[in-house]
Amino acid sequence: MNVLLGLPLGIPLLGAALTLIVRGRTAQRTISFLALFVSLGASIAVLVDVAVSDEIAVSRLGGWPAPIAITLVGDRLSAMMLVISVSLLLVVLAFAIGQRASDERSPFYHPVYLVLAAGLAQAFLAGDLFNLFVAFELMLMASYVLLTLEGTDAQIRAGTTYVVLNVVESTVLLMAIGLVFAATGTVSMADLPERLAALPDGVRTGLNLLLLVAFGIKAAVFPLFFWLPDSYPTAPSSVTAVFAGLLTKVGVYTLIRTETLLFPGGQNTLLLWIAGLTMIIGVLGAMSHMEMKRILSFHIVSQIGYMVMGLGIATEAALAATVFFLLHQIPVKTALFLVQGIVERETGTSAFDGVGGLARRSGFLAVLFLLPALSLAGLPPFSGFIGKLGLVRAGFDDGAHVMVTVALVGSILTLISMTKIWIGVFWGEVYPEVPHGRVGILRHHRLMSASTVLLVAVTLAIAALAGPIYEFCVGAAAQLVDPSIYIEAVLGS
Amino acid sequence: MVVLIAVFFGTGTYLLLQRTLTRIVLGIALIANGVNVLIVSTSSAPGDVPIVGRDGRTDSVPQALVLTAIVIGFAVIAFLLALAWRAWTIDGDDDVEDDVEDRRVARERERAATDVPSPEDVDR
Repeated sequence: MNVLLGLPLGIPLLGAALTLIVRGRTAQRTISFLALFVSLGASIAVLVDVAVSDEIAVSRLGGWPAPIAITLVGDRLSAMMLVISVSLLLVVLAFAIGQRASDERSPFYHPVYLVLAAGLAQAFLAGDLFNLFVAFELMLMASYVLLTLEGTDAQIRAGTTYVVLNVVESTVLLMAIGLVFAATGTVSMADLPERLAALPDGVRTGLNLLLLVAFGIKAAVFPLFFWLPDSYPTAPSSVTAVFAGLLTKVGVYTLIRTETLLFPGGQNTLLLWIAGLTMIIGVLGAMSHMEMKRILSFHIVSQIGYMVMGLGIATEAALAATVFFLLHQIPVKTALFLVQGIVERETGTSAFDGVGGLARRSGFLAVLFLLPALSLAGLPPFSGFIGKLGLVRAGFDDGAHVMVTVALVGSILTLISMTKIWIGVFWGEVYPEVPHGRVGILRHHRLMSASTVLLVAVTLAIAALAGPIYEFCVGAAAQLVDPSIYIEAVLGS
Repeated sequence: MVVLIAVFFGTGTYLLLQRTLTRIVLGIALIANGVNVLIVSTSSAPGDVPIVGRDGRTDSVPQALVLTAIVIGFAVIAFLLALAWRAWTIDGDDDVEDDVEDRRVARERERAATDVPSPEDVDR
């Protein structure tokens, strides 16, 4: 029954191999779309299966018994992440084609993009740490190439920082996994909780901290975030959009896994400190910059803080809010970067001194920016409000008043810096001068606009359907709070 | 073995903190090998002899892990060398530079402090 679990991983890899052989642009695009559609179909099937049966889907590759086989595990959280990421990859692929920029025209864009999709899927489904490491490497290798595809000066400079930092991250992760194995004799996530609990406190904390550092670099939490605002803005907008929407969130996903499954309740105070500092420092960084892409990149960091906050509070309600926040954040963040991509494509820049008054040229584009921006700042009735409300309520219930205050201050600062983008890019006099007869913006970039509109519609749909989605997230949190469900499903008790 | 690992990590970290990309690559190679040696030397059930194990058999997971890590490390180093070469063809050196936008913000700070109009303002 669970052959489906392998598909989101295998099909994009197959597609990547095919697109390497076939060099025609149309053929490559067709294969990419087909592969991602099949992968999306399989992910949705897994999600429905997991939601309806309320069990965890497990697939043991090669038919070996549980601790030996490579296991793929899909619980509610990973199935949900899988569906949202694959659909996002599809939308951004359409955007990238519509962008008509040099990156998508490179014969290596499509294979690498599909490898990225496979790596993401594997990271969400991995049932052991070894597999997770491989998934990370797959994903990172693809992201290195995507980031430096054009080979310009700026990309090389930023790419170097990004690659070196991430190599250090994978080294730390590898070391952590090696030491976990040395201490427990297993890397299976189902075997580990019991054996880790049997270890002396010092050893367990040490292993936990090593994993936290590794995943913390990936998730870009304070104080390990500095590489992100440095490197993301140099990539083409479509690539930055995928990175912003998905890569850091994989880090958050793995943080959730380690802190709930492997080391439940291990480092909650530390996580809360990290969360608060990440929120505030991220948003202050955003306020100091004068370029749209930079500001948005700093906001990725700041928003990660909210997810870590829920993880630090670690009650079931807080985890449900975290999962919802994670879900809402992916399309919102990506939509903002896509709008930025349209601005940059139209005017050549998105720095505040090079562009202005776009609302006067295209009111519709301004609305496309405004909706996700308000959602990011957490204004009702948008999805960000619901996520933040859940976090704040869970915080009050747990007595974390200081944390809640910090989170609310962070929200207000987010709103201020979104207003800054609004004033800088969309408000005021039209600048630069428009060639005569060229009215509007969206009608000149149909495919780019269509995919952005679709994504903004998704964010609105999350707000509109918040009831059922939130219930699903509560179910996901229930599975996270009780590791025994996961262990029994994988080991077959 | 422990001393070897320590030397690998120490020199690797030192090289990693240099500005020249070639040295960074060497640093990464050293650290990666340090980790590999670390994993192999701890690879067995807790308390058993590495590689040989208690009765001549051990779990092969660490070996597989290290093998994967070696292959990945090779790919990453090749990619970094390509980056370094590209940086060299563009710039003539392979130093890692500061962030452009950060430099711009810093410049504007200084300018605001000294109250000189920026070239961009004059252009407008």
